[in-house]
Amino acid sequence: MSQDPAKPKTKPIKSNIFDIVPAPKELPKNVLQKNFERVRGTCAGGEGFVQVGIADLFINWCRKSSLWYLFYATACCGIELMQGGASKYDFDRFGAVFRATPRQADMLLVCGTISHKMAERVQRLYHQMPEPKWVVAIGACTITGGPFYKDSYCVVKGVDLILPKVDVYVPGCPPRPEAFIEGIMNLQKLIMQTKNFGGQKA
Amino acid sequence: MKPLTAQEIFEKLKGKFGAAVVELQAEGFNPPFVVVAPGSIQAIGRFLKEDPELLFGSLMCTSGVDYKDKFAVAYHLHSMKLGHKIGIKAFLPHDNPSIPTVDVVWKAAIYQERETYDLVGIVFEGSCDPNRILLPDDWEGHPLRKDYKYPEQYHGIKI
Repeated sequence: MSQDPAKPKTKPIKSNIFDIVPAPKELPKNVLQKNFERVRGTCAGGEGFVQVGIADLFINWCRKSSLWYLFYATACCGIELMQGGASKYDFDRFGAVFRATPRQADMLLVCGTISHKMAERVQRLYHQMPEPKWVVAIGACTITGGPFYKDSYCVVKGVDLILPKVDVYVPGCPPRPEAFIEGIMNLQKLIMQTKNFGGQKA
Repeated sequence: MKPLTAQEIFEKLKGKFGAAVVELQAEGFNPPFVVVAPGSIQAIGRFLKEDPELLFGSLMCTSGVDYKDKFAVAYHLHSMKLGHKIGIKAFLPHDNPSIPTVDVVWKAAIYQERETYDLVGIVFEGSCDPNRILLPDDWEGHPLRKDYKYPEQYHGIKI
């Protein structure tokens, strides 16, 4: 097969993140444009506006791409978690690998029934995780108590009763690993909307 | 040595312990139950384990039963060597139900008696570990009793 030597074989790849020259008129009309936000701040030179949109985008992109989760399972949802982390579904494609200690984890996947005796341990694990941290409630038991909602003296009726926040709920009894992946992707969308810099918006 | 029937086991116990062995509940029970007096449960258990014709080496299950006016403790025994089974049952009064422990005979009784105490509230006298096993240590009441009232909350968490 003959090829025209004048034509390049492949199109040059342009990175969406690093090749931006901060001139708002020349920006491509894509998601980056609305990320251009300015925050009022002070520094040694005086008070002024700081361009934080790209910094926000970069930080969020870093965070969503390395969501390390705590390897923590209390019931049958944990079996699906193990399958999801194994080779067939492979959460590592989304940057999610398991950590054996909460000190290194970004994300707490609460997999399975939480009894009142276990509730204090879940709270302790949550508070041992460094900020920023996210919680995903997996399965019917962690959302409402599931089959133990009525006439159970020992099951916590939803993990949002004991933790300060739950970011994503994944229903199912137990959910399949595909549902886990969808939950992780939803959490990544959530992280991309985070504003990391406080202060007055310009 | 061949496996014994429940009737033979009951007669053997009756001959050894006399009035401490009350009756044989054979109809509708599998395995059949021998009802004994609570006070002699340790001696009967040791005899059941060590007698060469019985050799009940395995305590499979310890249950607490609430009959509303009385309690019962049921022990399921199995002999690995001879292959026969029997149940031992002891009735206890509803207020202050207590029975001597059998963990000096079968070590497996430790966890089973802790669970029976935890959920039904039967006290095993002389137990080497008389604590709860499933519920938190500061839990009030015994949930599998018929007259158990659910608490409103536990440590501030709604139940």
